[in-house]
Amino acid sequence: MDTTTAAVASDARSDAPASTPDVETLIATARRLRRDILEMTTHAGSGHPSSSMSAIDVIVALYSGGILRHNPQEPHDPDRDRFILSKGHASPALYAILAERGYFGHDLLRTLRQTGSPLEGHPNMRRLPGVEASTGSLGQGLSIGLGHALAGRIDGRSFHTYVMVGDGEVQEGQIWEALMSGAHLRADNLTLIVDHNQAQQSNILERVLDYRPLAEKLRAFHWHVEEIDGHDMPAILAALESVRQVKGQPQAIVAHTVKGKGVSFVEADWTYHGRAITKDDLQKALAELRD
Amino acid sequence: MAATAERFELKLGKATRDAFGEALRELAKTNDRLVVVDGDVSNSTRTEWFAADHPQRFFNVGIAESNMVGVAAGLAAAGKIPVVASFACFLLCNAYDQLRISVAFPQLNVKAVGSHAGISIGEDGPSQMAIEDIALACALPGFAVLAPADEVATRVAVRAMLEHDGPVYLRVGRPKAPVVYGSEADFPFQIGQAVRLRQGNDVTIVANGLMVAAALQAHDRLAETGVSARVLDMPSVKPLDEAALDEAARETGAIVVAEEHLAHGGLGSVVATAVAGLRPCPIAFVNLGDTFAESGPGDELLEKYGLTAADIVRGANRAVAAKRQG
Repeated sequence: MDTTTAAVASDARSDAPASTPDVETLIATARRLRRDILEMTTHAGSGHPSSSMSAIDVIVALYSGGILRHNPQEPHDPDRDRFILSKGHASPALYAILAERGYFGHDLLRTLRQTGSPLEGHPNMRRLPGVEASTGSLGQGLSIGLGHALAGRIDGRSFHTYVMVGDGEVQEGQIWEALMSGAHLRADNLTLIVDHNQAQQSNILERVLDYRPLAEKLRAFHWHVEEIDGHDMPAILAALESVRQVKGQPQAIVAHTVKGKGVSFVEADWTYHGRAITKDDLQKALAELRD
Repeated sequence: MAATAERFELKLGKATRDAFGEALRELAKTNDRLVVVDGDVSNSTRTEWFAADHPQRFFNVGIAESNMVGVAAGLAAAGKIPVVASFACFLLCNAYDQLRISVAFPQLNVKAVGSHAGISIGEDGPSQMAIEDIALACALPGFAVLAPADEVATRVAVRAMLEHDGPVYLRVGRPKAPVVYGSEADFPFQIGQAVRLRQGNDVTIVANGLMVAAALQAHDRLAETGVSARVLDMPSVKPLDEAALDEAARETGAIVVAEEHLAHGGLGSVVATAVAGLRPCPIAFVNLGDTFAESGPGDELLEKYGLTAADIVRGANRAVAAKRQG
């Protein structure tokens, strides 16, 4: 099935619920974008493919599942919904979806991390349409998202802001400052998505700094919390839709994910955090991601 | 080219933090894009006056400076003009990475205002004293960095800061500041421009903030000993008025730089770098050196740590002597 058909339908800006997304199409899109992530990082020779692959299903649901109200032709529309990728090292996932949705041409993905390319190692909002925040120094995106949410409140605009953080990133103190602040200010137009893939740079989260269980902590901070399998497309769509109905408090979606999801030998090895797979391994990986 | 301001008598005026709070309140009347993000010190930074008029546009995010700056970045990205204000040391030192990556890197239109700068805050002591804020702010690419001398200068600087499209750091102080400018007509300031307060041919005193008043006193004492000192108020540390410095180096051949700041990375460093590249001449430095201060009355601390008119006079004489030695 041609994936662009469903995609274009959700482009139209409207306050009305988007047409029911085709789950099979979204799953196929996510699989294709996983291939993009691997191809662009291996071509670049560096990057964070596994962190991108844990996040990509949620990102596809947001952008292509009729959740995010956005128009690639008007990336600065003041009424657009915002998606901020606070875990900026997963930039290949963001670049893949932005190309998919037409913010720029697919060919640009091949320039990842090259001098002169707007597709920098971590997202640079000044150089690429559709990038809402310049991230990469972990912990900063949720506060930025809260700023957008407060601006929307002042102006009486109905846009919603989604911020995705990594579970390692949750160890940053600024995240907890923003959690307190978002709840106190009752920012119900703000949703935090935690890509809970259980692994970080030097080791698995459990061995580095085990703060689990996360959902209980977020609830204690007065956030509405939903916990889902971050690779279960219908569950992702349901959570992303339902949180928008919550009034009076910000929301968090704890998405339990697998780092490197979709490629067996990456899933099995957390040391893929900060490195691309080799050119030799690329074909083996892509074979696991065939339609 | 430095503008020329008129002469007047020095008397004690408002604190620059008060002038900032008043200017913000006044300008907010006609600028609905203005918002304020506070780290629970609005009654110290005087943003409480803005808050009283505009509670919907004022956010106290608690004692959480990193989040405070990040929220300001988001507000700016959404089209607001956020003023984020706290004690200068907490704003610059606690939230530096947020100023760096959330604000400076994307060049967002955030106005960072640091109050209680310098050692003149006195009794609260070193943990509350920003002595490195100018150095840190200058190291943020694309930031304009301002340190006005008095009430009038602060009012004009706040207006310039809000009109400027891009990130700005504004330094204001806690104690009442001597009146350097009688009226706004005496302070023809734009960002990037020095103001010439006294004409002189033997040496140029470059100063900003509280040290401008001391520079004027030093000018008079030097005149009594036959030394003709030019006085340049340098409220804009970045961008710097290189033309005024080039002229000063050419016409006076000796410079002394006075600031309420550490030696490294402040006005002295910035001026020395510029003069070295333009027209090298002897430069003397009057600053805190490489040390923290301590608790005590502000005036006593300025005396003890070498930030008085007498220190500027000595520095001026050193620079003049070096010039004469060739």
